[in-house]
Amino acid sequence: MTDLLTLIVAKYNYWLYVILMMIGLYAMIAKNNLIKKLVGMNIFQTAIILFYVSIGYKKDATIPIIQNAHGGHDAHAAVIHAADYINPLPHVLMLTAIVVSVATFGVAMALAVRVYQRYQTLEEDEIRMRLVDIGPEK
Amino acid sequence: MKFIGFVIVCLTGALLLYGTGEFPDWGDPASPASIHLSNHYIEKALEETQVPNLVTAVLADYRGFDTMFETAVVFCAGLACFLLLRDFSRKKERFYRHTATGVILHVKDSKKVLKTGKEFEHMDKDWVPSDLIIKTICRILIPFIQIYALYVVAHGDFSPGGGFQGGVIFGSSLILLAISYDLKTLLSRVKEKVLGIFAALGVLIYVGIGAICMPMGGNFLDYVKLVPLVPGDPHHIRALGMLGVEIGVGIAVTAAMAVIYINIVSEGRHDEGL
Repeated sequence: MTDLLTLIVAKYNYWLYVILMMIGLYAMIAKNNLIKKLVGMNIFQTAIILFYVSIGYKKDATIPIIQNAHGGHDAHAAVIHAADYINPLPHVLMLTAIVVSVATFGVAMALAVRVYQRYQTLEEDEIRMRLVDIGPEK
Repeated sequence: MKFIGFVIVCLTGALLLYGTGEFPDWGDPASPASIHLSNHYIEKALEETQVPNLVTAVLADYRGFDTMFETAVVFCAGLACFLLLRDFSRKKERFYRHTATGVILHVKDSKKVLKTGKEFEHMDKDWVPSDLIIKTICRILIPFIQIYALYVVAHGDFSPGGGFQGGVIFGSSLILLAISYDLKTLLSRVKEKVLGIFAALGVLIYVGIGAICMPMGGNFLDYVKLVPLVPGDPHHIRALGMLGVEIGVGIAVTAAMAVIYINIVSEGRHDEGL
């Protein structure tokens, strides 16, 4: 029992990301409303962002901005240790991923607006019923 | 469906949690992600690019090609919202409000257009009188938000920030204007065409800076070759090149955010929003 507990504490970031990701996945599978599905997709993306950022973390390290870099050329000579700064690479990947996720969310909302204009509903089962009623578009 | 979904989710979650047993511990400096390429970035980036913010250095220089297409993705998202939703057909009914008396005019004839100005103001169908406090506070706040956005873009090389963040802040200031006043106010200040041109211009600045490097004898996005074109310390040419592409990113993101918001809230008619 204590083994499992220490395992969870040592890797709690993965537990958090898995739980968040599964909440998002469940919303995408089981929710009937298209907007709720989109919210689930956003939670899913947030979980992945959390996962990446947590991978970049190092104990006793600071943010990836070199300190004392403005103090003229003498400061440049100082040796920079990789262990002092957290990994910048996941931050870069997630920075662009956040903006792209906002943009794709916008496109998804636009599609939802179009669906609503055509079927007057965002509930998936009602849309399916109306698709049967209307039949294939001519 | 809900039950099946729950079972699938539980199974997937259990598998993923089982897999985390092999993962490195939280904050482990020797984790696989932190021992290969990232050490080179941390130790050499300042020397090679003169940019203390490693995130910006990696984003705009080492991975500049990737970021260029991320900007293109944002531009395409704005374009997709425009193409999906934009509705150029004239709206049949219009509502006007006589400012002095508060009388509401309902114009059904689509050809009759009243001049809005001091006497009449355009009005949404489900219009509520906006609060004076909200309007005043937002009017005071918006310029500061925009200056902060410019600061975030300009200082992306030295402190947390950059083109994406600054662009989103600037775009949100435009959205705040549309929320606190109405969509017409935003569109009368920032024309739809201007937004479209700016979104394309931002991507063009990025691609242009990359392309100029090629006739100067370098690779695409090789900022060092820009030295003859840029006055100032040639030592900092990479930092200046990064600032240039960040400005392009900021312009593109600002315009794309505004285009997405305007088209979604008004369902593409650009008449009334939230």
